Amino acid sequence: MRKFIDKIKPSFEKGGKFGFLHSTFDAFESFLYVPDTVTLKGSHVRDSVDLKRIMITVVVALVPCALFGIWNVGYQHNLAFDLNWGFWQMVWYGFLRVLPLYVVAYVVGLAIEFISAQIRGHEVNEGFLVSGMLIPLIVPVDVPLWMLAIAVAFAVILGKEVFGGTGMNIWNPALLCRAFLFFSYPSKMSGDTIWTGGVTRYLTDGTAFQSGNGLADAFSGATPLVHAGAGGVQGLTDAGTSFMDLIIGTIPGAVGETSVIAILIGAVILIWTGVASWKIMLSSVIGALAIGGLCNLIGGTPAMEMPAYYHLVLGGFAFGTVFMATDPVTSAQTETGKWIYGFLVGALTVTVRLFNPGYVEGMMLAILLMNTFAPLIDHYVIEASISRRAKKVKVA
Amino acid sequence: MSNNIDLKRGLDIPITGTAAQKTKKVVKPDVVAVKPTDFRGLLPRLLVREGDKVLAGSPVLADKKSPEILFTSPVSGTVTEIVRGEKRKLLEVRIKADESQEYVDFGSRKVAGMSTGEIKEVLLKSGLWPAFIQRPYGIIADPEIRPKAIFVSAFTTAPLAASTEYAFRDEMNYIQTAVDAISKLTDGGVHVSLNSSNYSGTPFHKLENVTFHVFSGKHPAGNVGVQIHHISPIRKGETVWTVSPLMLAAIGKLFVTGKYDMSRLVAVTGPEADDPCYVQGIAGMQMDSIADFRKDKGAEVRFISGDVLTGSNTGEHGFLGFYDNQVTLIEEGNKFEMLGWAKPVRSSLFSFSHTYFSWLTPNKKYNMDTNLHGGPRAFVMSDVYGKVLPMDIYPVYLVKACLAGDIDKMEKFGIYEVLEEDLALCEYVCPSKIEIQSILSDGIDLMMKEMA
Repeated sequence: MRKFIDKIKPSFEKGGKFGFLHSTFDAFESFLYVPDTVTLKGSHVRDSVDLKRIMITVVVALVPCALFGIWNVGYQHNLAFDLNWGFWQMVWYGFLRVLPLYVVAYVVGLAIEFISAQIRGHEVNEGFLVSGMLIPLIVPVDVPLWMLAIAVAFAVILGKEVFGGTGMNIWNPALLCRAFLFFSYPSKMSGDTIWTGGVTRYLTDGTAFQSGNGLADAFSGATPLVHAGAGGVQGLTDAGTSFMDLIIGTIPGAVGETSVIAILIGAVILIWTGVASWKIMLSSVIGALAIGGLCNLIGGTPAMEMPAYYHLVLGGFAFGTVFMATDPVTSAQTETGKWIYGFLVGALTVTVRLFNPGYVEGMMLAILLMNTFAPLIDHYVIEASISRRAKKVKVA
Repeated sequence: MSNNIDLKRGLDIPITGTAAQKTKKVVKPDVVAVKPTDFRGLLPRLLVREGDKVLAGSPVLADKKSPEILFTSPVSGTVTEIVRGEKRKLLEVRIKADESQEYVDFGSRKVAGMSTGEIKEVLLKSGLWPAFIQRPYGIIADPEIRPKAIFVSAFTTAPLAASTEYAFRDEMNYIQTAVDAISKLTDGGVHVSLNSSNYSGTPFHKLENVTFHVFSGKHPAGNVGVQIHHISPIRKGETVWTVSPLMLAAIGKLFVTGKYDMSRLVAVTGPEADDPCYVQGIAGMQMDSIADFRKDKGAEVRFISGDVLTGSNTGEHGFLGFYDNQVTLIEEGNKFEMLGWAKPVRSSLFSFSHTYFSWLTPNKKYNMDTNLHGGPRAFVMSDVYGKVLPMDIYPVYLVKACLAGDIDKMEKFGIYEVLEEDLALCEYVCPSKIEIQSILSDGIDLMMKEMA
């Protein structure tokens, strides 16, 4: 293998036959082998960690969510069509529905990454390994694939490459992808039926992958977030959703964001490896509880009277807090800034949920908004630090 | 002990090859080199020609900007070669040592009776003035300036660095003499930092005429820059000087014996050093004289004058630096590793991050090599740098300001307080493999140009 690579390497070097594909070749080579480059300046030894390792750690942390999501897609389909499926049938159905999402996300995203790296003459950045893993988990399973492809292209090109690639972007590309879907195709993406696999197709064509006897009588398809928004805890109970269901994740919703347990496994991996900031996660939870608790005191609507901790397990809050808000590039960079940033993410999420009747999922908007303000938070944290230093020096 | 400054952040790099506390041999100098590249920003003027005879202490180079600063030969012998690089930049003046060494006599004198001017004059003439490093910027001290204070770090935390207790155990009286002399050059006194772990055990504890400070923590707690940051941060417009124990010993010898004696105990260390220990060497000695330490495996070995974080790659026939009393031998890591980054466990490699499992074996030492372990990327991770820098500055912002060449921001983010060595660990842990030290170097060069 190594010999083969060494043999074909010269034709991909500058001036070689395939010189224009240098970045592509380099990406595949460094994917297969840690390169033989040695330190030239500065420190002669370097830590064995690199960005590939960090990205793969996040991917591993996402695996529980993805696996649970695959099963849950089958499970929800089973419920909707009253099919009495066994475990493996549900997994197989979910696999067939989720796999195309992954194929589309990775093919479109990586193609754009490779082309832009080629144009710039850079190495291909591994950032999209994570974005590509995230995107299928935060979209509804019934999203048309062509829409997903356009959304991924939009997110990668306008969200990342125009700023200079991974490390330079302002907004989280995966969230931008979801935001694009929701605001560009509101007629397709809103409503209650998109969240359960196969239902959209059944309603339009009269067929589904496994339509069985048609939709079950009790099927509503609405996510618990909608029930909670309309009726608070009572609304959830009326829809047959218990607090435990929300924790385990046997509810309709975006593919990977329903199970709090799977997300917590991922959170443990991320915090333990130090890849994601626990400060952001914790402060986001505190922020959500603070606003939620305040609304509990005020009361008024059933949603506002719903205990604050329900917000933590509803909708995309847990997933967003653990995997999206903590993106090291788009979150706040300073340690104090991370506390402020996380708190505001949590607080804004609940605010949007409770005070915006048109749009129930606040997490995406809250994170994108805070992504925008993260540099501002950092700016003030640093200004404060500089003036503190100046004062300290005066005393000394 | 009451005012111990405990530095929580840092990292001791677990690399094999600590020098055993024994002196294996005395290196008889053969060819030695005086290297202008050891000194930042120096514009050298050559004072000798090939074939000239010199004594130990005879001037070889002078500073073009302040011609009274001389650089002298550490041995007596003949100038054999003047090595120049690109654009005829002067790299080395090589001197072949004589069989027996003769020294220029600078006169043995009692420091107590000397005036500041006389002390300065002797130091400048003898070639020991460059022992003083001036901060900000880490340049050779300006003899016209009276610094705020002079700082000495009497312990070292750098990877595999020579133990100050062992290397200077016979030279404490010289160091005391030097302290007495240099305390006349400043009004702020001489500040010596000790390590809390052997606070009362180290011979430096007995020094007089100094102010002590006590630090504890991992590397870079032993860096004088980090210590100054916690003792008395450098304001804009202020200058402080630093001097190493090694240079203090040389200064002491100069005043006691009247000789420019640059001999020193050199720690030969690193994973590729066989039986790592100390040798009695001299500044500018050639690496060939310690070639017998090299493990004979046919591997390509990098000879580093200094430690693995900040030393310079001299090549196997290179020369020991002016300020260095350590040589590190490590293997060149020019090998591919299949799917290395994806392997769950790479037990032969250390990582500061928990993405590998080296945190399970905290006492293990590793045979590190020079592989970069990845490709260069943009800054992504924001919190790893702060974890190894016990200073109240934002390293990423400082480095970005250097990249942008923004003088105003560099100043705000603390460029006056740091040198490359202080951020070396940030470079080590950087998952994006950014050359932080070299970026900071360029930033400092820019500052010197713009602020001059």
